[in-house]
Amino acid sequence: MAERSFAEEVEKLRLGAGATFHGEGILAVTKALLQSGVSYVGGYQGSPISHLMDVLADAQGLLGELGVHFEASASEASAAAMLAASVNYPLRGAVTWKSTVGTNVASDALANLASGGVTGGALIIVGEDYGEGSSIMQERSHAFAMKSQIWLLDPRPNLPSIVNLVEQSFALSEATHTPVMLELRVRSCHLYGAFACKDNVRPDFTAAIAQNNPRRDVNRIVLPPASFQHEREKIAERLPAALKFIREHRLNEFLGGAAGEAGIIVQGGLYNTLMRALELLGLADSFGRTEIPIYVLNVTYPLVPDEVAGFCADKKAVLIVEEGQPDFVEQALNSLLRRADIQTRVVGKDVLPMAGEYTGQVLLDGCRKFLETHAPTLMAKAVPLLKANDAPPPAEIRALATDLPPRPPGFCTGCPERPLFTAMKLVEREIGSFHVSCDIGCHLFSILPPFNIGATTMGYGLGAAGASAFSDKDARRAVAVMGDGGFWHNGLTSGVGNAVFNNSDNVLVIVDNGYAAATGGQDLLSSRPGNKTKSTNHPITRAVRGVGATWVRQIDRTYDLQRMKDTLKEAMTTKQTGPKVIVASSECMLNKQRRVRPLFNKAVKEGRRMVRQRFGVDSDTCTGDHSCIRLSGCPSLTVKPNPDPLRPDPVAYVDNSCVGCGLCGEVSHAAVLCPSFYRADIVFNPNAWDRFVDGVRRWFIGGLQRSADRRRLARAF
Amino acid sequence: MSANDTGATRPITLAISALGGQGGGVLSDWIVAAAERSGHIAQATSVPGVAQRTGATVYYLEIFPQPARRASNSEPVLALMPVPGDVDVVVAAELMEAGRAILRGIVTPDRTTLVTSTHRVYAVAEKAAMGDGIADSDKVMAAARAASKALVAFDMDAAGETTKSVISAVLFGALAGSGVLPFERAVYEDAIRASGMQVETNLAGFALGFERARGQADAQAVASGAAEPKSAAGKRLAARVQSQFPAVTHTTLMLGAAKLLDYQDEAYANLYLDRLQPVAALEAQAGDPRLSYLLTAETGRYLALWMAYEDVIRVADLKTRAARFQRVREEVRLAPGQVLQVAEFMHPRLVEVAEVMPAWFGKLLLANEGLLSPLFRKGRQVWVTTLRDFLLLSWFAGLRPGRRGTLRYANEQARIEAWLTAIRETAPADYDVAVEIAAAARLIKGYGDTHARGLRNFERLMAERSRLHGSAGAAVMANLIRAALADEAGKALDQALLSLNDPAPLAAE
Repeated sequence: MAERSFAEEVEKLRLGAGATFHGEGILAVTKALLQSGVSYVGGYQGSPISHLMDVLADAQGLLGELGVHFEASASEASAAAMLAASVNYPLRGAVTWKSTVGTNVASDALANLASGGVTGGALIIVGEDYGEGSSIMQERSHAFAMKSQIWLLDPRPNLPSIVNLVEQSFALSEATHTPVMLELRVRSCHLYGAFACKDNVRPDFTAAIAQNNPRRDVNRIVLPPASFQHEREKIAERLPAALKFIREHRLNEFLGGAAGEAGIIVQGGLYNTLMRALELLGLADSFGRTEIPIYVLNVTYPLVPDEVAGFCADKKAVLIVEEGQPDFVEQALNSLLRRADIQTRVVGKDVLPMAGEYTGQVLLDGCRKFLETHAPTLMAKAVPLLKANDAPPPAEIRALATDLPPRPPGFCTGCPERPLFTAMKLVEREIGSFHVSCDIGCHLFSILPPFNIGATTMGYGLGAAGASAFSDKDARRAVAVMGDGGFWHNGLTSGVGNAVFNNSDNVLVIVDNGYAAATGGQDLLSSRPGNKTKSTNHPITRAVRGVGATWVRQIDRTYDLQRMKDTLKEAMTTKQTGPKVIVASSECMLNKQRRVRPLFNKAVKEGRRMVRQRFGVDSDTCTGDHSCIRLSGCPSLTVKPNPDPLRPDPVAYVDNSCVGCGLCGEVSHAAVLCPSFYRADIVFNPNAWDRFVDGVRRWFIGGLQRSADRRRLARAF
Repeated sequence: MSANDTGATRPITLAISALGGQGGGVLSDWIVAAAERSGHIAQATSVPGVAQRTGATVYYLEIFPQPARRASNSEPVLALMPVPGDVDVVVAAELMEAGRAILRGIVTPDRTTLVTSTHRVYAVAEKAAMGDGIADSDKVMAAARAASKALVAFDMDAAGETTKSVISAVLFGALAGSGVLPFERAVYEDAIRASGMQVETNLAGFALGFERARGQADAQAVASGAAEPKSAAGKRLAARVQSQFPAVTHTTLMLGAAKLLDYQDEAYANLYLDRLQPVAALEAQAGDPRLSYLLTAETGRYLALWMAYEDVIRVADLKTRAARFQRVREEVRLAPGQVLQVAEFMHPRLVEVAEVMPAWFGKLLLANEGLLSPLFRKGRQVWVTTLRDFLLLSWFAGLRPGRRGTLRYANEQARIEAWLTAIRETAPADYDVAVEIAAAARLIKGYGDTHARGLRNFERLMAERSRLHGSAGAAVMANLIRAALADEAGKALDQALLSLNDPAPLAAE
């Protein structure tokens, strides 16, 4: 059950020829897959392509009708391996994941796939998570394409181009017996736009046919001597076929002016940003019309030598707009022109930054530098829409730079993971600080304020492995944290199995919140709420014991801070050898609320007795020290100006978004904070007994309060 | 120069910055719908903060007029991210996010209309501070005025509250009201209707936003001043304050006297003023060149807070008051016909209980701590809305008249006297240092561990006072107070004290 439902949008996927599709890039890609007659789809969620997986999951009805098999793969490696179906059979398949992290995981399967080659079209859609909003190390998928010889497409960021290239990819893959990788940047994935639809195509060759008529070809299997054969094929047959296809189907585009002393070569994905930069320099209009010749690489690997040579031959200089490093394309261009003995000057990373995202401003400055030197006459007559503004901003604005509080991402309101780290902080107070190895997932927010817990993160599912060197039996144990997502992705073997096998004494906390929460709440093997199409409810503890862990503790309510704290302390101090595994299970609050709140409101509407819990802080007993916040960091636990004009410090305050998870109370108990926290139980549709008891209490207590007030009035100011 | 001054038609560019849960996506969808309903082309994209959690999400839209497109019968090339100087509208759903947009340079005076809510969603760094860590909103407003061509700014969160609508509806209305987009009001409203989400309330929110943007009369609450005496005792105390203390200190001292009258009784409030008189006298003849009576005011403020120290009696008193019950009902938005039950999370340890016993008995209890403390190990949930627990708390509250006999009272009064002596001793020679000594009492607050930590830090500062002189010394003391509030472990304070004794270690750092 994913965070966002596309149930309505997927209906658009049924649109046929003549209709116009309006929607997000992700949906456009899905539609393109259906228009290409794909027979199977797989992948692993992760920004920016999480929604692609969610769309496919929500579209399973339609996929079924078209005979398309969809699989939410266990990992990117599983997804890549799935493409093996296209090796021997004319089956079109597509897989998707977040890159480069997902491509790292998949690269073993990808290398084997690319070596043996494919019969049916094999498409890998990677969400290139680079630049603003990225959550991973900044690298390029380009390197993987080159090392395994997978063709890399980088379409212009508008829906018609993206859809067209998805369709072309399958043909390219089949014509060259080579898998194709299509790269979508973050903004393209979330891009809202429109394109003209075609009819969906039902694959004529299906997995069923293959299963009933199995085929094999030893020459497609990666084993000597075939593997040496593959290496030769790649160069002698597949590459030339690719160049021919790209040329004949005009996958790359020659836009802008025909002649000129300087031209620009650009990755397709950066085209719109480039054109905006030229427009602001006064060298193009809003429709992309410009005198400057522009060669758009919708295919960034391989380069087509004669196209490149043809474009460069009559120019003094070309600017290559290539985002990220190393500058693979720029290097390729240089050696290509050298070989062809063309003297055109290649300008790139010398006027554009080697590293970092190519924003509008960056391209604006880079193009200006390039053209001032290499197309001075053009620049001279251009009327820029924006003047270069080197004046420092006014004082009021400069003053902000130091004052704006950063807004790091953090745990959601009522998140069940928060108490784990509160417990760690409290245990640290008792036994001293310990090394904490983190993983990938929501829990990684612990490295940020207010918890500031966690030293490293080595990748998805690798939290425990990241602590394996800290094995001194006499030293304080290291603690590893791992989400259920990472656990099922590979942590069971790379973490738990590894720790058992090597007799590690370290502590592993597995955050079992029931979903791959960080990627948008997709279901997992251990998810508890039912799932119609998948097999879930497989407890993590069983898997952990299955690989030989013996000290295993299951905590069914992570908000039970005392228990959490005691269990952690026991794990850190017990004499028992071998890994100590704590499975902390409470449902992801974001998903729980989405599941439970509608039911609650429905029940209330129907007049049934329901109780809502929430917490509050008494502003007149709160003294504004904020320890509670430092131990919790819940978004709903915030501050407000102190109602007591004598007190300088703001008081803590719980806003109405509180979901009553109970941590505030547990913290004020466990940490002996202050008596300011209260829990309010609000009874909706109280029954007769509720009303009777409440009536009696209020009559009695009200009486006492009135007399107390009278007495106080005597000594009131 | 603006990117709009050319004849050619250009896209209208629009950036939205919203926090998770503020409905920035909905707002973006509404704008797209309004544009398409007006026959324009709209492109939108977004960059979610990490995993869409509490970070901000930035949306970017471009709207291209249909007629121009037809004229050229080709498709416009629309960008996916804003270029500084080329943005027509920036919509911010929170004030600091507006500040962030300004810092990014996408709000420019020749071009950009800034539509922002002035309310704050505090960032974790602001909330976690041990004192007051809240960022300065005025600076952002000043920057907003300087950076924008037109500014629409008011508390849209409050506006949303009044209309029970999401803040994005108010933002949408304010955007429409700003008149920067070429759409009819009806088109915006149709977009809301078409989305089918809480249409009525969202239309109300939209309308309010629209009007406020047109009017631009921004309602800002003003902080309330001094208390007006009503009772006889109050009038007596007020009279004494007015007759015996300089005018500039009246507000503070009235508040202080009122607090202590409420805390204990008139005699206690008079004790408060007795304690302040010598300070004020000192200040009158001795030091203060500025005649601000800062020392009296600061001492008055913190003396009131210290004398009204939070013991079990005080907490029980505050928790059981009718006014407090009413405040809770409002805070949890109790609707008519609903029943409310309230549990207090209390963790009284032996020491807190012993402290409100007669001194001899309290000492006796503490002497047998090992024996008794097991009884106090667990925290308790006290259901103050039930008779039993209400009576329990009322009994504790009823101990107030006997407070002067309690162990805690003896301890606190001794500490207070020591502090006042320090102020009196220091003031004649070192007025500025004396003011800081007064302010240092700020460190003592809270309960249990928090209170113990504050007290420890305070005493470490007091130990230094004799060595501090002149404005330099005052600066050092102020710095020590800041350091004490920097972190719980007291690392910053250790550093500061260390550098005080010998600057070398600091240099080595």
